[in-house]
Amino acid sequence: MLIKRGGDIKSGEITDQALYLNRRAFMTGSVAGAAALALAPGAARAAAPPAAGQPLMAARNKAFDLPDATTKFQEATTYNNFYEFGVNKDDPAHLAGTLKPRPWKVTVDGLAHKPTTFDVDDILKMAPLEERVYRLRCVEGWSMVIPWIGFPLAALLKRVEPTGAAKYVEFSTLVDPDQFPGQKRGLFNFGGLDWPYTEGLRLDEALHPLTLLTAGMYGQVLPNQNGAPIRVVIPWKYGFKSAKSLVRIRLTADEPKTAWNKAAPQEYGFYSNVNPKVDHPRWSQATERRIGEFRRRETLMFNGYDQVAGLYSGMDLKKQY
Amino acid sequence: MTRRGRVALKVAVWAACLAPLAWLLYRAATGDLTANPISFITNLLGDWTLRILLTSLAMTPLRLLFGWSWPVALRRLLGLFAFFYVLLHFSVWLVLDHFFAWAQMGADIAKRPYITVGMAALVLMIPLAVTSTAGAIRRLGGKRWQWLHRLVYVIGLCGVLHYLWLAKKANPDPYYYAAAFVLLMAIRAWDWLRGALRAAPSPRPSPQRGEGA
Repeated sequence: MLIKRGGDIKSGEITDQALYLNRRAFMTGSVAGAAALALAPGAARAAAPPAAGQPLMAARNKAFDLPDATTKFQEATTYNNFYEFGVNKDDPAHLAGTLKPRPWKVTVDGLAHKPTTFDVDDILKMAPLEERVYRLRCVEGWSMVIPWIGFPLAALLKRVEPTGAAKYVEFSTLVDPDQFPGQKRGLFNFGGLDWPYTEGLRLDEALHPLTLLTAGMYGQVLPNQNGAPIRVVIPWKYGFKSAKSLVRIRLTADEPKTAWNKAAPQEYGFYSNVNPKVDHPRWSQATERRIGEFRRRETLMFNGYDQVAGLYSGMDLKKQY
Repeated sequence: MTRRGRVALKVAVWAACLAPLAWLLYRAATGDLTANPISFITNLLGDWTLRILLTSLAMTPLRLLFGWSWPVALRRLLGLFAFFYVLLHFSVWLVLDHFFAWAQMGADIAKRPYITVGMAALVLMIPLAVTSTAGAIRRLGGKRWQWLHRLVYVIGLCGVLHYLWLAKKANPDPYYYAAAFVLLMAIRAWDWLRGALRAAPSPRPSPQRGEGA
């Protein structure tokens, strides 16, 4: 049996591979970028909107570097859970062409002094983009290591000035069955998730510097199947908490209803912190298979992000899972 | 059906049942086992176990509905192929997924209902595979052999439950398999009921109906 191993690959080589796989897009992107630089700053807006495969440059924030090898770009973009496209892991990569990530607006409202609907390109100018390598642990028991590009969600939330009553943040994904074929209701399409896909965080979790508003990965604009044009990444929680293709971020006083909790409340709690000691009712969470590796590895508390432990002091994480 | 026809039918079943394995080997040879090869292989082998098992359970209903005799001759071959695929499915779990971590696997069998019923189905298939020869039918006697082989209904139930309980909600696939199983059992129930109703008013012993599995 041929099992490909990725453990020996240095992270430096990964980016090369990503650029290699997308060399055409990289070339055209570079030309477009050079053209934009040559013109007046105002003219840059008229250049082609950023699309999947185009480079998105950001300085690496070395504070988040990991000893773990980075997952291959090819694997991170073909093995995805994104039920808006379908329930199979390869559906998103096959069907992602239907999603149109530009033009795109994101409404940030609810309990805020300055609720605003932003153009996604304006959001990307709010704070300097940085590259951060995060572990991603799926609730199904597999994991990846991905270099994301974005900035802390806190920078966006502070723009709208949350009121004192705001205690939670709700994220909503776009609903449009024409762009998301998995949202079409058919005769045999039952028992699914309720759309829109919603997720949520406590406000202090949302303001935590680890919580990343994300628009790119592997040095390029976020591919559609990974949640273009903008998503959140919360590395100490199971992957489904990191909602994709966001159109609304709402500040609330009450704990928001979340998609998987609504579908199976006994299996998916609001917090869903990565926790090797709290099993999913139907499978163990003690170990995980890192994509590209053969043997299972131990799952780490908070996915190895111990700096968030203080958010949960005094809580029984076995009960509030 | 002529002898040549029966041989052609068996060759076709062999080819159809080996095709998924050939497909898997081709994907392996071309390095196309997805980003999570172990999960891909396990799921593919599990899918085909269930498909072949349900196909074997469809043979008697075909006879009942259309009066054909040829499907019944394929039950053993299909049943043995289902056993072959379930052994591969189990081996991948044992070797590639858990690498002989016996304690972990033992805990999973006891604690995880989907693994419990999956293991039950596998274990129950062993006596059926062992007694699949003509000699075994002779030694056991037709009646006892028939009773033993009715275990396939329990195996089918365990198989569809295994998939229903392991899949995440929102995935409709396991419901299709469960519906197929219910339909195949319903046809048997309908036939049994029909036979019982016809037999009831008659003082004479009812004509021999069906052959069980």
